[in-house]
Amino acid sequence: MTNTQKHALAVAACNIRMGIIESTHSAKAGHPGGSLSAAEMFAYLYNQEMRIDPAQPKWDDRDRFVLSKGHTAPGLYAALAHRGFFPVSDLLTLRHIGSYLQGHPNMNTVPGVDMSTGSLGQGVSVAAGMAKAAKLMGKDAVRVYTLLGDGEIAEGQVWEAFLFAAHYKLDNFCAIIDLNGLQIDGRTADVMNTEPVDAKMEAFGFNVVTIDGHDFDAIEAAFDVFHKTCGKPTVILMKTTKGKGVSYMENEAGWHGKAPNDAEYEKAMTELRAQMAELEAAK
Amino acid sequence: MSEVKKIATRDSYGAALVELGREHDNLVVLDADLAAATKTGVFKKAFPDRHIDCGIAECNMVAAAAGMAAMGMVPFASSFAMFAAGRAFEQVRNSVGYPKLNVKIGATHGGISVGEDGASHQCCEDFALMRSIPGMVVLSPADDVEARAAVKAAYAHEGPVYLRFGRLAVPVFHDEENFTFEIGKGEQLTEGNDVAIVATGLMVNEALIAAEQLKAEGVAARVINICSIKPLDEELILKAARECGKVVTCEEHSVIGGLGEAVASLLSEKLPTPLRRIGVQDEFGHSGPALALLKQFGLCAENIVKVAKSF
Repeated sequence: MTNTQKHALAVAACNIRMGIIESTHSAKAGHPGGSLSAAEMFAYLYNQEMRIDPAQPKWDDRDRFVLSKGHTAPGLYAALAHRGFFPVSDLLTLRHIGSYLQGHPNMNTVPGVDMSTGSLGQGVSVAAGMAKAAKLMGKDAVRVYTLLGDGEIAEGQVWEAFLFAAHYKLDNFCAIIDLNGLQIDGRTADVMNTEPVDAKMEAFGFNVVTIDGHDFDAIEAAFDVFHKTCGKPTVILMKTTKGKGVSYMENEAGWHGKAPNDAEYEKAMTELRAQMAELEAAK
Repeated sequence: MSEVKKIATRDSYGAALVELGREHDNLVVLDADLAAATKTGVFKKAFPDRHIDCGIAECNMVAAAAGMAAMGMVPFASSFAMFAAGRAFEQVRNSVGYPKLNVKIGATHGGISVGEDGASHQCCEDFALMRSIPGMVVLSPADDVEARAAVKAAYAHEGPVYLRFGRLAVPVFHDEENFTFEIGKGEQLTEGNDVAIVATGLMVNEALIAAEQLKAEGVAARVINICSIKPLDEELILKAARECGKVVTCEEHSVIGGLGEAVASLLSEKLPTPLRRIGVQDEFGHSGPALALLKQFGLCAENIVKVAKSF
């Protein structure tokens, strides 16, 4: 990855963060914490990794992405909008009556959303089914990505899906688990410990790559391993900071599913604008 | 007189899948370690690559089927009604119904006639669960001819369909030559203006037997077969209610949330008509031979006759 590419990705991630804050503030509801932790991943997937075409969101041979942790829709919507799937200004309609930007992703209303999700644990199964179908249909170039939360993997169905992906040797399937360590009720380690996730995934037959989820070089290297792996599915375990990029939201479980009020919005946007200015200056 | 042929509608399901599989490459079948019982095993034998065993994991199976549908395939996800509609209800609701994906749920072993396995496997709640999902088509065929036609209609229909089949071999009363099937259409099987008997599944044949007995007693019963529980053929049922003046519904399902309640809702809003609902009366089943259980729970011609004359 060139420095120019990396810089563009950093700008994309910052734009996504601003979109998350603006949309959840406008909605007076939503989930900023886990959206912010995955901003680099959203940026990388939609600007670097996936074969997609914003002009043809239903293109048959596109790569698929299923947001299994569907509550982080603000992150996905911001990534899609900034990639040109729909107007960025529409982000402000999030969760409003009549908006196509539902609280959780709806594949039938949002251009670029490949699956309706929201009920945790189901998206990963859907993604595995897509990967199996791609193989059956001879769509060898199609890859399927799904993003889960570390709280989400307490859902038993997730492990059913992992068994399925490994059993059918779905090497076109890449699960990404956002290990931000927090969920609604507190620390994942305290609510329902899911660690060690790496050993579990290895035991389930996955190719396991653990990375810093805010480091684009690491993300690139992880996907490179995915591309080169044959005969088994890949999981990227990304260690992240929940609420990343907004100082007062970082590592605070309380920001899982709460929107910033006007004052908090101003503070968050001031911080993000400063980050963007820094990026511009470094160009 | 030759004996009436008996075929379990689960066998019809397997046979129809094979027929459809020959014509359509995009048809895939998913099962959850029950291929021998759901009869998708015959499809597996014919098309091993397009039969996907998901192991004992129905929730993943249903959602994986949704993913396959999103890719353009037409998946039939199969299990017992208890697990397909019951255990995986929320997957059917959120990953199939809400996104309107083209998934067919092929549920066998519906109702009390599962028999010896007992209450844990006797699903009498599936119509209620599936009917409540917006846009879901709910089909409950009565015999082999109708079951095979329903599977084909489900394939042809764009959108989610729930199909309920039985374990027990039941008489084939339809004449295939003259049979047509359409989702949303009911079928009037006998002429009569004294009482309308609206039945589904294996209760249709019982209703026909009951109508014969009633005829001998001077009561002309109009038997209506409702395979398409949703959408419901309101016109046919309202006409029968208007012309007969009283209605008996018959189903191998709880009287809560199934055909009886669908008919009751329709009539109470549009044409209040005296009604009796034959079905499982808000209780669990238990182990026993299927036919003995059906009799014990009043899911038989004898009880239909009794109820039809009681009001």
